[in-house]
Amino acid sequence: MNLLIKGGRVIDPSQGLDEVADVAVENGLVREIGRGLKAPAGAEVIDASGHYVVPGLVDMHVHLRDPGLEYKEDIVSGTRAAAAGGFTSVCCMPNTKPVIDNKAIAGYIINKARAEGFANVFPVGSITYGLAGERMAEMGELKEAGCVAVSDDGRPVVNSELMRRILEYARGIGILVISHAEDLALVGEGVMNEGFTSTELGLKGIPRVAEDIATSRDVMLAEYTGSRLHIAHVSTKGSVAIIREAKSRGVQVTCETAPHYFTLTDDAVRGYDTNAKMNPPLREAEDVAAIKEGLKDGTIDCIATDHAPHHLDEKDVEFTVALNGIIGLETSLPLSLKLVADGVLTINQLVEKMSANPSKIIGIDRGTLKPGAVADITVIDPAREWRVTEEALAGKSGNSPFLGWNVTGASACTILGGRVMFSGR
Amino acid sequence: MEFKHKDIIALRDLNRQEIELLLATAESMREINSRAIKKVPTLRGKTIVNLFYEASTRTRTSFEIAAKRLSADTVNISPSTSSSTKGETLADTALNLLAMKPDIIVMRHAVSGSHYHLAKKVNCSIINAGDGAHEHPSQGLLDLLTIRDRFGRLDGLKVAIVGDITHSRVARSDIQGLTKMGSHVCLAGPPTMMPPGVERLGNVTVCATMKEAIQDADVVIMLRIQQERQGKTLMPNTREYSRYFGLNPENLRLAKPDAMVMHPGPINRGVEMSSYVVDGGQSHILKQVENGVAVRMAMLYHVCGGEMAE
Amino acid sequence: MTDNTTVLLDESGIKRALTRISHEILERNKGVRDVVLIGIRSGGAFLAEEIGHCMEVIEGERVPVGAVDITLYRDDIKSHGAHLPVGKTDISFSLEGKRVVLVDDVLFTGRTIRAAMDALMDHGRPGSIQLAVLIDRGHRELPIRADFVGRNVPTSLKENVAVRFNEKNQPVEVVLEK
Repeated sequence: MNLLIKGGRVIDPSQGLDEVADVAVENGLVREIGRGLKAPAGAEVIDASGHYVVPGLVDMHVHLRDPGLEYKEDIVSGTRAAAAGGFTSVCCMPNTKPVIDNKAIAGYIINKARAEGFANVFPVGSITYGLAGERMAEMGELKEAGCVAVSDDGRPVVNSELMRRILEYARGIGILVISHAEDLALVGEGVMNEGFTSTELGLKGIPRVAEDIATSRDVMLAEYTGSRLHIAHVSTKGSVAIIREAKSRGVQVTCETAPHYFTLTDDAVRGYDTNAKMNPPLREAEDVAAIKEGLKDGTIDCIATDHAPHHLDEKDVEFTVALNGIIGLETSLPLSLKLVADGVLTINQLVEKMSANPSKIIGIDRGTLKPGAVADITVIDPAREWRVTEEALAGKSGNSPFLGWNVTGASACTILGGRVMFSGR
Repeated sequence: MEFKHKDIIALRDLNRQEIELLLATAESMREINSRAIKKVPTLRGKTIVNLFYEASTRTRTSFEIAAKRLSADTVNISPSTSSSTKGETLADTALNLLAMKPDIIVMRHAVSGSHYHLAKKVNCSIINAGDGAHEHPSQGLLDLLTIRDRFGRLDGLKVAIVGDITHSRVARSDIQGLTKMGSHVCLAGPPTMMPPGVERLGNVTVCATMKEAIQDADVVIMLRIQQERQGKTLMPNTREYSRYFGLNPENLRLAKPDAMVMHPGPINRGVEMSSYVVDGGQSHILKQVENGVAVRMAMLYHVCGGEMAE
Repeated sequence: MTDNTTVLLDESGIKRALTRISHEILERNKGVRDVVLIGIRSGGAFLAEEIGHCMEVIEGERVPVGAVDITLYRDDIKSHGAHLPVGKTDISFSLEGKRVVLVDDVLFTGRTIRAAMDALMDHGRPGSIQLAVLIDRGHRELPIRADFVGRNVPTSLKENVAVRFNEKNQPVEVVLEK
């Protein structure tokens, strides 16, 4: 558990740190950051020159598919993909089989991740039993069992009265509510963004307003109840504007977006590529611009992947039949580093959005390299060029719209509690 | 001019010259249809599978006659007689069909773009007989041929298309074909049935009223209103629809005096078109059906062996 | 014109050949009664028009002239791919019991004539079919021979014989391309 990470550019926004230094790790904890440090007894020395040394990346939106859907992904393969992508902590969404709506399932996940995983796993419990949108799940017990938030991710809580009570009740317990903001009636049978591309392809569209209205409602309910709210996978310019305005009013709302929403437009659907099908759908250029602006000005707090593995049989079908979702754990870092290369974010802001901010939002003691902190550390090689191929990916599924892309940036070393979980060198 | 496509899935994928070639071939094919012996040996020994996931008597029959007039052998497979109801995927169905060694699969499917999916799985030619709300290229081509028969050209014509544009694959193929051939397409319909950005598909104008669209038009194409689909949220009822978007002898007078009227069928008489127009002198609906066989013969002829042209 | 091209017949040579063929057709059929000319698209169709004109000058009576496109009757669709444009067959009269004179520009393997005869049969049952060609270059692959020949030209398989037409579709020369 002893390490010396030498000569990297250490970037830790939690202590305003950005300098070339060594990081000494002892007994799984950060001991010291400074120049010319001596290696702790029996320490492995990692040469990080030319690399960034940052607090382990945190992805607060991942589908690990375990239990029940292990043919798509499981806790072991999913956390292996996380480690390969530079993540030391992930939150797993409750749409497993059975649903994470009780202590037992949450416990199973935490125990399996501890025993066999390559990253910390923090379960997100469901808001309602069985994700049915009818009865509140036992949020208190879910929290006790280790859940860091609740969400019915994949579907909204349609009933506004129920959503109001959920926000109130969650405030009492002190657990975060994550909203999947979508007006199902407006979505209808839509399978992609509604716009010129859907018109040309003859596919049913999902209007942006379906997301905007739901974001609006949940923001207003959070304001009315004085509760905290986190909006998942923001994809529209409208949602960005609504959240920006709410934050300026003092509403306790945070939000995330995913790399595909600032990298791709609905043009990617041309050719009926089912790997470009997800929910919310890829939007248009003006939305991509608004998402970037929201990241830049702090409206969007973090970048999460919405890693959603699916089996080939579920994607290699007609477009409307294909399931929603793409994998993202291993492409998130290079796609996000592109924001730095393009001048949208500074590297410090990026580390905040991929580590410090999500840690803060879900209330875990990660996202920092302060002495004494758990040594979850990602060493990033910002210059490494690689090609996204199914063979290059560690997870079980290959449903990525980025297959065949040449990207820059990767984890050189992913360290969990002082142990090297992934080494890309 | 060579036709280099193995498949014909959308007029969007064809250029003006390729469309011209298909129309020219169709004109030649029409001569065969007027003979006493309506058959040529061209596709003798070729097997054509008509795979229809949606019921369509007229399109399927038209493709079948086209194939038979070219001496091809045809097999019709429709959902009720296939194993698709047992949950077999399109790809698996196609692979099973491939064991019969078809040269062409003519498919109709409810899902837009499913032909592109199929094309990745099989090596025979694929012709789209309609996919979801995407395209219906044989209908588009026969509309082009019918219009060209009447005016001797497509360039510079004003063509009004009226009805539910959003859900119409005929509208999309007509728009793609007509604008590529130089026509100006004017669309009209309730805004609930007008897809966003449709004017970006080519020389297309979205008109506020039906009157505006058919004013001085050379051609008026009326689309079928699918009452079972639109009844719920897109319009109050067919009565009101027909008041604002139905074609009758009065509003037809707004079009040019020699304007032609078309409809892809089947027609809801009294809804999108009054019987006076359907059966009137300006109606070219039966000529469309006639041209359908010739156009489909041309499509079958040109995809057969297209593989060799690569 | 390149060095590899030899003129076999010039315009007046073609005219003399077509005139002789016209006389022979009239002689064989004892006049124009029941005679119809069908040219094979595209060269043969133009020559049929010329022969029809010639016969009218000689006999003072016009015989029906039609055209047949054999693309759809070819036996080599697979090897060529089906991207050949299909020309129009234009036979506006009945062939039933007629003495059909099929006209083509160059007789080579005989496959075109085979296809043309199949096409004619689909239009009715002619009394007889005779064949007139401007050039017979040999190399038959089917048991087919011409009844009226403008000129026999021995060729090698590497050579090509082409009949060239002007913008009015009148024949101007026959060349041998090596």
